[in-house]
Amino acid sequence: MNVLLIFSVLVLIAIALWQITKIFELSQEKKVNTQVANDKDNDLNGKLMFAFLIFIYVLTLYSFWAYSDVLLPEAASEHGGDYDQLMWISFALIFFVQTITQALLHYFSYKYRGEKGKKALFYADNDKLEMIWTIIPVITLAGLILYGLYTWTDIMTVEENDEALVVELYAQQFNWKARYAGEDGVLGDANVRFLQDFDGKNLVGIDATDPNGFDDIIVQELHLPVGREVIFKMRSQDVLHSAYMPHFRAQMNCVPGMITEFAFTPKTTTEEMRLNPEMIAKVKKINKIRLEKSKELVASGDTALDPYEFDYLLLCNKICGASHYNMQMKIIVESEKDYAKWIADQQTFAEVIQ
Amino acid sequence: MSTAAAQVHEEDHGHHHKETFVTKYVFSQDHKMISKQYLITGLFMGIIGIAMSLLFRLQLAWPEQPFGIFEVLLGKWAPDGVMDPNVYLALVTIHGTIMVFFVLTAGLSGTFSNLLIPLQIGARDMASGLLNMISFWLFFLSSVIMVFSLFVEAGPAAAGWTIYPPLSALPQAQPGSGTGMTLWLVSMAIFIASSLLGSLNYIVTVINLRTKGMSMTRLPLTIWAFFVTAIIGVVSFPVLLSAALLLIMDRSFGTSFFLSDIFIQGEVLHYQGGSPVLYEHLFWFLGHPEVYIVLLPALGITSEIIATNARKPIFGYRAMVASILAIAFLSTIVWGHHMFISGMNPFLGSVFTFTTLLIAIPSAVKAFNYITTLWKGNLQLNPAMLFSIGLVSTFITGGLTGIILGDSTLDINVHDTYFVVAHFHLVMGISALYGLFAGVYHWFPKMFGRMMNKNLGYFHFWVTAVCAYGVFFPMHFIGMAGLPRRYYTNTAFPYFDDLADINVLITVFALVAGAAQLVFLYNFIHSMFYGKEAEMNPWKSNTLEWTAPVEHMHGNWPGEIPHVHRWAYDYSKPGSEEDYIPQHIPLKEDEEELQH
Repeated sequence: MNVLLIFSVLVLIAIALWQITKIFELSQEKKVNTQVANDKDNDLNGKLMFAFLIFIYVLTLYSFWAYSDVLLPEAASEHGGDYDQLMWISFALIFFVQTITQALLHYFSYKYRGEKGKKALFYADNDKLEMIWTIIPVITLAGLILYGLYTWTDIMTVEENDEALVVELYAQQFNWKARYAGEDGVLGDANVRFLQDFDGKNLVGIDATDPNGFDDIIVQELHLPVGREVIFKMRSQDVLHSAYMPHFRAQMNCVPGMITEFAFTPKTTTEEMRLNPEMIAKVKKINKIRLEKSKELVASGDTALDPYEFDYLLLCNKICGASHYNMQMKIIVESEKDYAKWIADQQTFAEVIQ
Repeated sequence: MSTAAAQVHEEDHGHHHKETFVTKYVFSQDHKMISKQYLITGLFMGIIGIAMSLLFRLQLAWPEQPFGIFEVLLGKWAPDGVMDPNVYLALVTIHGTIMVFFVLTAGLSGTFSNLLIPLQIGARDMASGLLNMISFWLFFLSSVIMVFSLFVEAGPAAAGWTIYPPLSALPQAQPGSGTGMTLWLVSMAIFIASSLLGSLNYIVTVINLRTKGMSMTRLPLTIWAFFVTAIIGVVSFPVLLSAALLLIMDRSFGTSFFLSDIFIQGEVLHYQGGSPVLYEHLFWFLGHPEVYIVLLPALGITSEIIATNARKPIFGYRAMVASILAIAFLSTIVWGHHMFISGMNPFLGSVFTFTTLLIAIPSAVKAFNYITTLWKGNLQLNPAMLFSIGLVSTFITGGLTGIILGDSTLDINVHDTYFVVAHFHLVMGISALYGLFAGVYHWFPKMFGRMMNKNLGYFHFWVTAVCAYGVFFPMHFIGMAGLPRRYYTNTAFPYFDDLADINVLITVFALVAGAAQLVFLYNFIHSMFYGKEAEMNPWKSNTLEWTAPVEHMHGNWPGEIPHVHRWAYDYSKPGSEEDYIPQHIPLKEDEEELQH
């Protein structure tokens, strides 16, 4: 029924358009109808070009005004500060170039709109000008590349050390698990071949012949001590996944058949982030939206939504199948003391398979 | 050529062969007919691709809302009007595949390379009419298979247009990786064969069949763009073919090129030693040049249209050619920027950051040269010109965010988010579509002998232009909020609840933009039959195609092919009464040719 309705509306629109063009063509009969732009068209469209420039500027300003509160808060990891700084420098540059080039493009389109009898300037080449706008991007980009590469090397160089906490992130359709190395600080060898051992209790396929594996701890919620480097080792058991932790400016793909790495040092605890004024405002806004939705739900006999409280997230960011959109794990950053208390309460692999 | 020789020539080509309906309209070997076939097939695929995007935009804006239209169009995949998550993924996959390959590669390059290469260089036809015909029919066959794959039991391919294994290799991983994926691979393999035959033909034609006087430095920039695009295609498409073949081997014959250590659906699979990262390298070795295979023809078309309608020579012809060549070269060594966080060695990431950001330089040169071409022009704001200016605008806006994504460091946190979606839609999607529209409005008189309605064209442009920014500008913010792409809904994360407004806004703009394309379609079909009859050179353009008669004929020109005496951009040249001097007009005695 709906489709019939839509279809008939479309047909009617088509007929209406046809009629309008017909009327338009008939009313233009007397003049030369070439379908080539005349002075009137040039004038109108030139002015519209100028209006369009204003539209782009207004859209930009409006978006920043209205949507800046959805952006990610200040980075919660140590390298995240450098990341954000590089981001803002790049953005400043982009906005500068965007503002000027769009202005020139649309202003020229307006200013030089055609008129009968006018003649354009024959201006085919200017080596000097072209040199200038080749050299300027070269210098700017050289700076950006150097700065970027310096930061990149800094972030991506993972050095094994005794201080760091080693955590395995284990991905599967459609959930995450985390494995801590336990007291020996070494993750036991693992392979998907061992997943079916111990009646399926071997959740990440630890190799039972490797003694390092027995004190490993497997959990479904990621706890990280603040201020200590965490070296993540990523694995996947089925398809590609990507471990994305936006608040920490961290991401790495999980690839079946290989172990990938990413390391960062969390610097803001979950509690601290909840008290961040930006975050308070964001959570307040989200809860307002949820409250309104709840009212609708309750009115139609459903249960209301829970109020939202902020938590760090680990999301899957590589298409992995039907429930890709809901493959998540909670991350809790806490003091070293709280972390120690939490980890002590968890069962080791040896305890689980007993 | 002497008169006698010319007459012989005329007899060779000028007379009409006895043509039946089949040889004229179906299995035609005439480049002009093949170009129309490409355009119409491309537009048909475009309708499907755009319609799909509207369906998933509805889903994203109102994720819990059932829609009657879903139930009607998707049937059992949308019970009670609620879209199934697998179908959502299938829609984004097929939307991407169709738009990138079938519309913007075949529809754009296929149409205009075929139409313009022989006409603008002064050739009777392509080097091989037969190969050209086979190329089109292979494309048609691959389109049919791709459309057919929408109707298989378990649904079409749904692993994203990049079809990364293991997701695409294992039917256990998602329903779309069964028959749907097989058909996708077969369709793409045929598509690649079509593209290769086409590209080889374009290259040979440009090198061998230029008319007298048409030196490489006098070639219109359109031809330079098509020529270089064809070379990139020949270099990179075979690599995708090998990736597809290896994937077919893994899927059907138990090899392990891309697969290793997999446990799925309670079962350990036998695959050992392969790596999905290898697939990513092979895919992007084509995948990135593909961006330029899509974009360069659009830029070539824009160069021609901007110069013609500004009534000015294109500024910096040499620099424009140099930047096309530079972009083409660099495009083949930047593929790794799609893989910064794929698990490949970070040092490799550094190298790809370097090469990637270098591409900004020739791109910037092109943008500045377009702007300078407008300066002090006498702009004839025809619909084609508006789309060309629009292209420069979206090319700049979309290109600039490439500076962020091409930087390996910054890519970490925006990789695969909506920021990427916004970036590439503006810089290659919308820009290339604008190139396609500009080309259609500009060369419609050449293709169909009639003019399109300009007022509908203006309406089409302005609505599309506003909506394109309305859709993709706010989308950057969704990405910077941290929302990954290819999510069926973001309601699983209360953290993203505040993005609902933006999603609704984007969808509304998208729906209006979709409706505006109906105006174009109407204008296109109506003008084909009832449009005002075209003059020989309606835009007062310099290039050779406008010296050919309006009525199509086999061999393009009655009598001798015009000779070329100057470059294509003598617009508003001092000392000439008219504001254009076509390429076949000899230099006046005291006239100097520009050295370029």
